[in-house]
Formats: sequence, C-alpha cells, structure tokens
Amino acid sequence: MNAKLIYRIAASLLLARWKQTLVAAIGVMFSITMFIALLGFMNGLNDLLDGLILNRTPHIRLFNEIKVNDRQPIAQVPKFSSAHNFIHSIKPTETRREIYNSQPIIKAIQKDDRVLGIAPKINTQVFFNAGTIDISGVINGIDVEAERRLFFFDDYITHGTSKDINIMSNSIILGKALADQLIANIGDIIQVTTPQGAQFSLKVVGYFQSGILELDKVQTYTSLATAQKIIGKSNSYITDIQIKLKNYEWAPGIAKEYHQRFDTDAEDIQTVNAQFETGSSIRSLISYAVGITLLVVAGFGIYNILNMMIYEKMDSIAILKATGFSGSDVNRIFILIALSIGFSGGIAGIILGFLISKFIDDIPFNTEALPTVTTYPVNYDLIYYAIGLSFSLITTYFAGLFPASKASRIDPVAIIRGK
Amino acid sequence: MQQVILEAKNISKDFHDPITIQVLKDITFSISKGEFVSMVGKSGSGKSTLLYVLSTMDTDFEGELLIDGESTREKSESHLAHIRNEKIGFVFQFHYLWNEFTVLENVMLPGLKLGKFSEQEVEHRAIERLRRLDIEKLALKKASQISGGEKQRVALARALINDPLIIMGDEPTGNLDKKNSEIVFELFKKMSAELNQTLLIVTHDPGFAERTQRIIELEDGRILKH
Repeated sequence: MNAKLIYRIAASLLLARWKQTLVAAIGVMFSITMFIALLGFMNGLNDLLDGLILNRTPHIRLFNEIKVNDRQPIAQVPKFSSAHNFIHSIKPTETRREIYNSQPIIKAIQKDDRVLGIAPKINTQVFFNAGTIDISGVINGIDVEAERRLFFFDDYITHGTSKDINIMSNSIILGKALADQLIANIGDIIQVTTPQGAQFSLKVVGYFQSGILELDKVQTYTSLATAQKIIGKSNSYITDIQIKLKNYEWAPGIAKEYHQRFDTDAEDIQTVNAQFETGSSIRSLISYAVGITLLVVAGFGIYNILNMMIYEKMDSIAILKATGFSGSDVNRIFILIALSIGFSGGIAGIILGFLISKFIDDIPFNTEALPTVTTYPVNYDLIYYAIGLSFSLITTYFAGLFPASKASRIDPVAIIRGK
Repeated sequence: MQQVILEAKNISKDFHDPITIQVLKDITFSISKGEFVSMVGKSGSGKSTLLYVLSTMDTDFEGELLIDGESTREKSESHLAHIRNEKIGFVFQFHYLWNEFTVLENVMLPGLKLGKFSEQEVEHRAIERLRRLDIEKLALKKASQISGGEKQRVALARALINDPLIIMGDEPTGNLDKKNSEIVFELFKKMSAELNQTLLIVTHDPGFAERTQRIIELEDGRILKH
C-alpha cells in the first residue's frame, strides 16, 4: 500500500515537470547510447585484431626444437659428475624434427577434456622456383578439416576452396603475396625444391590472405599426405601438434605438463604473443572512461532537476510531512524519481545504442589486410547492455541521493510558518 | 470526566537566533474530547509556536507533551509522523493542496498513507467527508481549478479523513473573505456539535474566538487564562 502510494506521488511529481524530466532522461539516454555504441565498436575491433592472432595461433604447440643437447658426454663421466663443467663452442645436434610416437600422443591428448581439439601439422622449408630465382618459403601440411574447425582456415581463403587440397593430390594454396611474386594463377603448376634437393611440381588451387603480409609472403598450405610426399617421409610423420584448449588462459600450465609428459617442446600462446592483450585492455579502458564521463555529466543534470523540483514543491513536501509522511518516505519518493529517470533513459539508450551499433555494422570497411571483413566490426555482447543499464541506475541513484536527503530533511514548520 | 486527548506539561521553548529569547514559558494545560478550543494572543505571543509544538512537528522544546496519553519525548521522527497521520488533522492558513491531484486524491492521501483501509474504502470515506462539507461535486476537479474558499474546505476534508482525535488549525480563516470565513467557521461548529470532534484553532480574530467553547489566551509566552 505504502509502496504504491509512494509510486503514485513520484509519478505525479514526474508528470508535473515532464519537460525537465524528459530532458534529464534524454541526457541519460545519450550517455548510454554512446557507451553502448562505443564499447560495441571498440570491442568489435578488439575481437577482430585479437582474432588475427588468436584464431591463427594454437594455444599450445608441441614440436621438436633444433637446440643443443642437454646431456653432453662429459656429464656422463662419473668422475666429473659433481663438478662444474665449462664447454665451449657447442653446436646443435642433428635432432629429428619429427614428433616421435605422434599417434599415441594425439590419442592421449584427445582424451584430455580440457582440450577443444587438435590439428597435426607438417612444417618444412622449401624453395619456390620462379624462373632462375628461388624464393624461400614454408609448406604447411595440414589436416584441412581440423584447421577449418579450430583455426577458421576458410576465413582466410580468398580464392578457391580449402577442401581442394584434400581432393586433388599435389595441390597447394599459396599466400596471396607469394603468388603475386611467383606470378602464379589458380590452375598453374609451380615448382618447388626441398632442402634435400628433390624437385616437385604442385598445382595452385587457391590463395589465402592472413592479414599479416610477412606471413602471406612465405606461407603455403597443402594436405598432410602431399607434404609427407614432398619431403619423402612416411604417413606417420608430423612435426607439430597444434592444440586448442577450451580456455586459452590454461595454456601455460598445460604446456608445461605436456612438455614433461610427452618429452617434446611445448609453446603456449601467451609466451608467443605476450603483447596481444595490452592493446585490447587499453581500448576497453578508454571506452569505459568516456562512457562513465558522459554518465556523470548526465547525473549532474538529474541532480539539478531534482533540486529544482524540491524548491518548487517545497509546500507539497511540507504538507506530506505534516499529514504523516516520514522523512524516509519523502526520501524514497525522490530516489524513485531519480531511478525512473535513469531507468527510462537507460532503456531508451540501450535501444538507440543497439540501432547505432547496427548502423556502424553496415558501414563498408575494406582493407587489403583483412580480406573477409567488409564492414566495421561490432560486438553485440549482452554484457555491455547490462553494464550500460546498471551504470545508468547507479549514476542516477547517486545523483538523486543528495537532493532526496535534502527533501527528507525539510522542516514543515519552517515552510508552513514562513508563509 | 471527559477523556483527556492532549496534555501539555511545563512546556518551555527558546529561540536561539539571533539571541536567545524564551518564547514559551512553563505552559501547562489539557484539552478533553469534544472541546472546541481557540487560542488567541497578539502577534508574537507564541500562540503559533505553541501550536506547532503541540502538533509534534516541532520537537525542540522542554517539558512534556502527551497525545492520547502517550508521551512524544524520545520518539523517532517516523513514529511522530505516524502519530500525526493517525491522530491529528491539520488546517493551515494556506490550503497546501497538491495541484497535480484531484480534490478526491488530495483528500485520500493521508488515508492511503495510514493504510488502515483499502483504497476503495478510503475513496468512499473521502467522498463521504466531501459530502458532509457540501463540496462533493468538486471531487474530480483538479485542486488548481477550484476557488480559495473551496480549497480550504477540501483541506478540512483532508484533515478529517482518518477520524483524527483532534483537528489543529493555524489561522484557517486568515486568508478568506468574510463569507468564506463564515462558512468555514460554521463547518467547525457543525463538526464539534454533530461529531463531538475536538478542535484547537489558533486565530487572531476575536469574533471567531468568542463563539468557541473555550479560549486560551497567550501573552509573551505565558497563558493568561484558559
């Protein structure tokens, strides 16, 4: 009963000054609109830029690094085992690039339920022969299905289809920049020379563009079987196991675990791309700062309007108190007024913010580096809408707090006797 | 012996701004049920100040105030608000109606706050009180659309909504012309006679005071006679 009455009184005050109320609500609306549009756009951009690295990079990569043997012969001589041995001019040994026992390792990892999926890969250096010039490059033998599923491989194919490398033997997808250097069109045959000196002919079935030019100049893709054939190895030969986890933040711990368990080198995404999170967090920080600044300005607007309302309605407040409304009732009335301005402004802001996000989403945005992107990226994550609405309520609550407590402290005797 | 509704015991009050002046000096009296009391005195005699002390709105005084046998000392602000809501009806010199509300809603407001009756019952009671004051036809008009004399009658209906133990008035006819003053006085008298309503009215109009049952006269913060 009391709550309903307080609601009715608040509503009548709001309607009595509906123009000012509307202006205040519009202030909140614009802040929230800007907040939503800005955060949606900034985070869309973040996702896009992060995606360039995150989508293409396995969370953990198992491989054998070319490195100096940890166990030097002198350590095996019992006489010197407790001494400090200084060895000069050590060279890396002929390590096998192949992951030994790759099939059991893959099976073991597949059983780990922290893992989203794995993609085996062969990585080998080759020379592409363009007339008399040799251009060095890398051939990646991939499991197309796994790459498509885990690393969005298709997003980067600008011509042809990725499945073709599975269907046609001895086919290859070239980086666009490399294809330009080789002047290789789709359907052309190109010659490659392996480090071992073998020559091989491959048919170009597609181009890919990763958005990172340096990669596009050297990277090419073919099927696992073709890659094995080029370097003359058996069909169990793979050099890398790429692992995608359910949560990439687990990568450093799991990488360490796998390193010990499978006796291979294991690299996690955080070590490989230590800088990638910095840009994102700073962009988010800027958007939040702008959004909150706008809301604080809107909050001052609400504060002003409530103060004015209290001066105008001094008599009405005095009679409420004289006829039995307590200070806390009056306080609640004005807090309710502030919150309803915040809520209606917030809801309108969310809707308008969504529409503006939609509009931004439709603006054409073409760049050489990002072949699959045709319009500005926008993130529609619900969390920003929830944050926007709660921010609008919190700011207006604080804006209402001071005027409301002033209204609740009005002394009816002073008003009534002052007439 | 009639039931005592309001009792003032040794009430004193000081104003401290700009210098300390004692405005009420050791005031003791009581009002019983059904009395029609007027409080008179010259300007500055402290009669209005005393009324606001008795109304529980002004709590800054010494001595003791009992309303319906309950002391108002050491009571919380919201408890005093509840006492005013339930037991005291007010009529001021100015009507203090909510212009945004209709006459009916204005009258209902303290009744809804009390929450003793459902909304329909409160509405029914409000209409009944408007009828008793002959302004039933105004019920659905906005408070801003009616005349000054009518507004004061609506304020009176609002004061009556919760069947208060006592109605306090601060110069309720002070802003009205002769004709409307007469109407309002006759209504007070009718309430006193027909409903045995207790009334305490501050006035500076001797003609008004003479026609009440009992006059409390104040001078320089003291009661001259009661």
